[in-house]
Amino acid sequence: MANKDRQPFDNTVIEWVDSRLPVFTMMQKEYGVFPTPRNFNYFWNFGALSMVFLILMILTGIFLAMNYTPHADMAFNSVERIMRDVNSGWMLRYMHMNGAHFFFAVVYIHIFRGMYYGSYKNPRELLWILGVVIFILMMATGFMGYTLPWSQMSGWGATVITSLFSAIPVVGEGLVELLWGGFSVDNPTLNRFFALHYLFPFLIVAVVALHVWALHVTGSNNPLGIEPKTKRDTLPFHPYYTMKDLFGISVVLVIYALFVFFAPNSLGHADHYIPFDPLVTPPHIVPEWYFLMFYAILRSITFDFNIYICAGLGAMAIAALPLYQNRDKALNLPPIFAFGALGGILFILGFVAQEAGGNLISLPLTSFHIITAKLGGVLAMFGAIGALLVLPWLDWHKVRSARFRPMYKFFLILFVINAVVLGIMGAKVAEQPWVIISQLATGYYFAFFFVIVPLLSRIEVAKPLPRSIYEEVVKKIAVVALICVVGFGGFSNNALAAGDAPAAPQREWSFDGMLETFDKGELQRGFQVYKEVCAACHGMKRLSYRNLTGLGYSDAQVKSIASEYEVTDGPNDEGDMFDRPARPSDNFKDPFENDNAARFANNGALPPDLSLIAKARHGGADYLHAILTGYVEAPEGFEMNPGMSYNKFFSGHQIAMAPPLMDDQISYADNTPATVEQMAHDVSTFLTWASEPSQDDRKRTGWKVVIFLTFFSILLYLVKKKIWKDVEK
Amino acid sequence: MSPLLTVVLEDYMTKKTNNSKRDFLYLTAAATGAVGAASMGWSIIDSMNPAADTLALSSTEVNISQIESGQAITVMWRGKPVFIRRRTKQEIKDAEDIDVSTLRDPQTDNARIVDGKKEWLVVVGICTHLGCVPLGQKQAEVKGEFGGWFCPCHGSHYDSSGRIRKGPAPKNLAVPEYKFINDTTIKIG
Ligand code: FES
Repeated sequence: MANKDRQPFDNTVIEWVDSRLPVFTMMQKEYGVFPTPRNFNYFWNFGALSMVFLILMILTGIFLAMNYTPHADMAFNSVERIMRDVNSGWMLRYMHMNGAHFFFAVVYIHIFRGMYYGSYKNPRELLWILGVVIFILMMATGFMGYTLPWSQMSGWGATVITSLFSAIPVVGEGLVELLWGGFSVDNPTLNRFFALHYLFPFLIVAVVALHVWALHVTGSNNPLGIEPKTKRDTLPFHPYYTMKDLFGISVVLVIYALFVFFAPNSLGHADHYIPFDPLVTPPHIVPEWYFLMFYAILRSITFDFNIYICAGLGAMAIAALPLYQNRDKALNLPPIFAFGALGGILFILGFVAQEAGGNLISLPLTSFHIITAKLGGVLAMFGAIGALLVLPWLDWHKVRSARFRPMYKFFLILFVINAVVLGIMGAKVAEQPWVIISQLATGYYFAFFFVIVPLLSRIEVAKPLPRSIYEEVVKKIAVVALICVVGFGGFSNNALAAGDAPAAPQREWSFDGMLETFDKGELQRGFQVYKEVCAACHGMKRLSYRNLTGLGYSDAQVKSIASEYEVTDGPNDEGDMFDRPARPSDNFKDPFENDNAARFANNGALPPDLSLIAKARHGGADYLHAILTGYVEAPEGFEMNPGMSYNKFFSGHQIAMAPPLMDDQISYADNTPATVEQMAHDVSTFLTWASEPSQDDRKRTGWKVVIFLTFFSILLYLVKKKIWKDVEK
Repeated sequence: MSPLLTVVLEDYMTKKTNNSKRDFLYLTAAATGAVGAASMGWSIIDSMNPAADTLALSSTEVNISQIESGQAITVMWRGKPVFIRRRTKQEIKDAEDIDVSTLRDPQTDNARIVDGKKEWLVVVGICTHLGCVPLGQKQAEVKGEFGGWFCPCHGSHYDSSGRIRKGPAPKNLAVPEYKFINDTTIKIG
């Protein structure tokens, strides 16, 4: 077959393999000499980057799966075991968690690149569609992966997203039960999500292979959007683009390492560190940032579709129809405007009548709903993804690159801003004015795809195209891409409202910053506070006595601390349970036998386990300190329930925990005066340590990795520079 | 960072053997990449090693006061069976009388027990051939030709000191680290 025109290799082993299975010939053809437009800017790195993150996710994922238990009772603890006990487990877990964020970020930039330079147009439609399929698979995978830690966010995220399908008429309810394997999100759901979360990445790999195959049939698009004509327009893929890609990858890995090692939870939510409780939904349930845009579109449909709204939408569709017909003839504008205006008016009338009830206008038959709000939201959300799929047929303008299409460029940039606005709205509480803003933004989202883009295809006059790629001077846009990556984290966490309590004031901590480590004195004092005060009601069951060596205690000291506690063991040879002194390998003893006993002893309130408290509360140590020192007299007229105390920083201000600290309540082993302030500070430090004992280690490793990768990036930059030397002249 | 290896390979394949391309800079970059990939790879593979909590569980205390002479019990230590056998006078004598130099894995009985506790033999109950658990703990089980244990998988015979006497196994049954806390309790590990 193709072997006929194969060139022999000098190396006999390579030649032996290649003459039987020409993988080396293929590699050389597709990645060695593959003719690639010479004018790629750094936006073209993001395809290779997506691949890198896909590999990174699969690799870390496989090793995480070796230590993870997909069972409702054990999943959360097994993740904590990975964080605390498994060798480099914390690193794998944080690489995987932040890897998801970066994977989506680079894919979003990759998609934007495609939209900006018209990479979806003839002959690359199928290439684009395969890309959207990958994106959809990624969303499914990301969502199911988010369920696996079985935290509050996991369980409730899974509940909300699976419940989307209940909006489907007739089969919806049954479908949801099928997805759950029960009547709520429970162990069967977790089990199947784990199985599918492991399977889907390999489906992604398969579709990526098709995506790359299609790419190698059509060849790459480029910033000018014109096809390379002569040899002067292209360069061999290797070494020019291999080195350029490697350099770009290395730079993004530096940023990634900064997140993994120094701000691993900055893109997540505190509720992700609270075990799933099927009886209590957290007050703000927000998806990860990469779903926020679609989530906002889902939530923007707050209204049922009455006949006026449907008629309005219908009229608008009729108005838009001529855009798609007789593409080479001029548009007949009057009917378009007439139907468009009619549709708009009907829609607004129906909308106002629906939303404002009978107060503003009352129309007959508004109570008859063709589509419910719930179904409407789901349709809008899936429609938003579907719009991407059909994009190649919505834009048939001959010119690809937005560089030569000023109008398209303007509306596309507006589209990106609109997408960011939607993202911010997705993180807000569903209240005005956010609802109306997200409704308008949703309107623009669909108008962009179904009206603006086809309209521009007909009327936009493009700027003259250069005759060949070689004639155009190469411009570089590295900074833009990188700023996007750094900036994307901004809106996920901060958008969360803190409720009615003021935010905890920021304090100085020994462990703040990238270089600082925990102060051992503070830790030991903090442990003493926990042991002598907090431990009366709060357990820390994810900690073992052996972990206390991390506070600077020797093995012998840990042994003696452990032996102060009696734990139940057994059964012995006679079948009886017996008490014995705790050993370093035992977990901290809980003050109560079980949750019910704890509630009973505390007026019905359950004192939360403190092992993860610093991570499970927004604000971390600042918040803990604020709560411990935030007890004041209730203001005039504030109604207190019996048994509750007033606390400035507690949401709702009524807290079941009585003021726990008093001056000189304990005497510190190192004779530090035990003021409330001091004790609050020490115990908050201790609890922060306890929430992630590997934190100091993480930062130390982080420095090594970041310095290494920076050095490597510089090296690669020099290599790239040297290779490109002759080309860039 | 493994793409670097591909690059080196492809470099070879594109047959650009022009020497200036393989200068110091390229080699440094390739070597740096290899070091990075290797250390990353090691951290990832290291996650398969026993975790801190698994290592912390590595000792076990056993009450031996209920074991009669000639009886044995099996306890679990690090996920493995440990045989604790209270030997009869005859069994001790058999174990001591053998000419050590004729054994496949020469070891005296004294080297396999705690001084002054001749009655007690503590061995890991895993056949040193391919890991089956030998028979011989229960009264009714076969104890092999040498009155110790018999491994049913491929027929290894162990004597009353847990030494290999016949069959394919290369070594004596391992003696775990253990000590007597008092006369009736031993701590393994
Ligand atoms: S495993 Fe015991 S004889 Fe082979």
